[in-house]
Amino acid sequence: MGPYGKNPGRLITPLKRVRGLGVSREEGTSHFIAQRVNGLALIPLTFWLVYGVIAHIGSSYAEFMDWATSLSTATLLAFTIMASFWHAAMGLQVVVEDYVHHEFVKVCLLALIRISCFGFALLGLISVLKLAL
Amino acid sequence: MIDTVSAPAAKRQRPLSPHLQIYKPQITSITSILHRLTGIALSFGVVLLVLWLASAANGIETYEQMQNFLRSPLGLVMLAGWSWSLFYHLANGIRHLFWDIGWGYDIPTMTASGYAVLASATVATVLVWVLGFMMAGGQ
Repeated sequence: MGPYGKNPGRLITPLKRVRGLGVSREEGTSHFIAQRVNGLALIPLTFWLVYGVIAHIGSSYAEFMDWATSLSTATLLAFTIMASFWHAAMGLQVVVEDYVHHEFVKVCLLALIRISCFGFALLGLISVLKLAL
Repeated sequence: MIDTVSAPAAKRQRPLSPHLQIYKPQITSITSILHRLTGIALSFGVVLLVLWLASAANGIETYEQMQNFLRSPLGLVMLAGWSWSLFYHLANGIRHLFWDIGWGYDIPTMTASGYAVLASATVATVLVWVLGFMMAGGQ
């Protein structure tokens, strides 16, 4: 619940809301829902990934490539990578917002989180495509 | 301390997250803190997954270097931590989703589900490593 009770938008001018710093800058609800939808998608993907990794522990490079280059594996790997990095970026963002109170350090860390999650997600997706194509 | 009622809104004390050092350990707080710690660990774990895929995409030499690293003592410790973190975060994430639809909020259920999460994560990790060693053919 925000500083103005159950209905933060009720009977409050925009200026008053800005001075109270708003309710997580008005993005809290969509962030909350996106984090959970991502988590939900990651449940079956995690089981699939763990199975895939275990099944290929003793495989040769050729056997691994047979698995990794199939259309279904490539699609699910890309899905797992995107959902994981999105979920990670949102989760790390909340940790930083909770525990880093120095505004400049906080903004830098939030930028670093988004840039590195985006960069590593790209590396993952391009690797999956390079393997599959 | 700044007055919480009459001070200008922007200068009011905003609620802070609990100080971990002085917070009395309970199963509810421990599972919550572990959810965050494993989440942070898994952010690095997924980078490791990407590096593994990138090594394979780069060619057989880098793939085998990566496999050798993962089979080294440091690599195995990282994989052990990663697997437990993954199963813990998965199980506790499902617990969170049940809370989000309003289930399991009473203290006895919350305590029981907390221990269930810790136990299932540990059992799943052991199971996966036993299966892994079987698949690796005792290498």
